[in-house]
Amino acid sequence: MSETTEKTYKRSHEPVFWGLFGAGGMLTAFLTPVMILITGILIPLGIINSQNFSYEKIHGFATTWYGAVIVLVLVALPLWHTLHRIFHALHDIGINRGRDWQQVICYGFAFAASIFVFTLLLQMF
Amino acid sequence: MTKRKPYKRELPTDWWLKHAFYTKYMIREGSSVLITLYSLILAWGVLRLSQGEAAFNGWLEALQSPFSIFIHLLALALALYHTITWFSLAPKAVDLWLKGKRLEDKVIVAGHYGAFAVVTVFCLLIITL
Amino acid sequence: MSELMIEIDVLRYRPEMDEKPFTQMFEVPYTPDMSILEALQYIKDHLDSTISFRWSCRMAICGSCGMMVNGVPKLGCKAFLRDYYPKKVSLEPLANFPIERDLVVVMDDFIKKLEEVKPYIIPEKEKCLSEGTYQQTPEQMAKFKQFSMCINCGLCYAACPQYALDNKFTGPAALALLARYNRDSRDGGEAQRMKIVNQEEGVWGCTFVGYCSVVCPKDVDPAAAIQLLKVESSKDYLIGMFKPE
Ligand code: SF4
Ligand code: FES
Repeated sequence: MSETTEKTYKRSHEPVFWGLFGAGGMLTAFLTPVMILITGILIPLGIINSQNFSYEKIHGFATTWYGAVIVLVLVALPLWHTLHRIFHALHDIGINRGRDWQQVICYGFAFAASIFVFTLLLQMF
Repeated sequence: MTKRKPYKRELPTDWWLKHAFYTKYMIREGSSVLITLYSLILAWGVLRLSQGEAAFNGWLEALQSPFSIFIHLLALALALYHTITWFSLAPKAVDLWLKGKRLEDKVIVAGHYGAFAVVTVFCLLIITL
Repeated sequence: MSELMIEIDVLRYRPEMDEKPFTQMFEVPYTPDMSILEALQYIKDHLDSTISFRWSCRMAICGSCGMMVNGVPKLGCKAFLRDYYPKKVSLEPLANFPIERDLVVVMDDFIKKLEEVKPYIIPEKEKCLSEGTYQQTPEQMAKFKQFSMCINCGLCYAACPQYALDNKFTGPAALALLARYNRDSRDGGEAQRMKIVNQEEGVWGCTFVGYCSVVCPKDVDPAAAIQLLKVESSKDYLIGMFKPE
């Protein structure tokens, strides 16, 4: 029944992506609703005075070192969560061709967006 | 001679529409699409911020369009759905033991909702102050 | 007195004569205390003796009577007609397994997976009989007890879309069983089993759908076992980066 030779096991690199997925998911669960509420609904509708979200205020914040880090994390980390899910959902709905490329595109997208925001913040300093 | 002829059933591609539990799972996974979009809107905002005051104000103005409000409401609903599902599954990934007893699921979930409320109120406060 | 009747659809498949499965309807006298398994026994005794299904204990402990009841994986002996009456009940063999005949499925792959996870205690070092038994405190036992309650019914595999999509995936019950041994204080085989866990087909085939834990008749919570193993596998990955084998 059971084989006598020990079979070989291949370690997956998924822990890297799962770690980022988990961190992003945590952040998304706690902060994304209130962020959407503020930037997407309350400020545009004028329920919160847009003076609270003025250019000087935000620019001032984003050009401090801690502000830059916060902005980067808030904008980029959720992408590592969502693109991980999108990558796996593609498999779920039966799109099985070119899984390697799907992986490169999904995580590459999250990576590119993170670098994009990072460079912008750096250049604003 | 064997009469065995095991029959393999094919999984339909729309398997996730056939059962409410799977559909909810797909909505949970699908919430990522709008959350991705929201992150991109913010990334766009950072770009406009780096281009100066006029550009940034343009971005703020674009957010006032009814379409934008609609997208954000939708994103908010899905983000909340993500939050609810995330919290409800959280106890399964927690292995905390107190005096030989596993911390109860209810306690862990309630802790998450408590922190969520605090974080939300805190964010609303700092933005309005 | 006219008896109350309930309609039961059964998916039939007779390999020696059928190309593919078909549905056959039976009418069975209804009583509120009748289980699905008893209804099948009624059918076999009174209506059609050629129908095949598995059972043994009739009390949710042998794990042999798993089937799809209205699309949900259930134990036939633990599901009752009263929860469906007066609606029709439809019975199909457990999803995600090949059909052997009627409600009987081929479970070989499931059994193979259970065997593969080394489901036995691998002591750190063998003790001589004269040194006495391996001891364990109730607290140490509590860490794995839940994961040891599995009756190998396979309902969780029938509930798992990832197993359905790719049956290389080790799957819920086998991973829960693996966690049961890894978490046992008497066991020293964790390093061997982590190799299984760390693979793509190990815990990383799971996307946390969570339905396995909902359908499990024994509250094993395989989804939790897998999540905890994911955490362990991530730690193992970090350690592996600094000290490659
Ligand atoms: S984990 Fe639960 S559902 Fe899965 S085989 Fe064991 S008892 Fe059955
Ligand atoms: S007959 Fe044994 S579990 Fe149902």
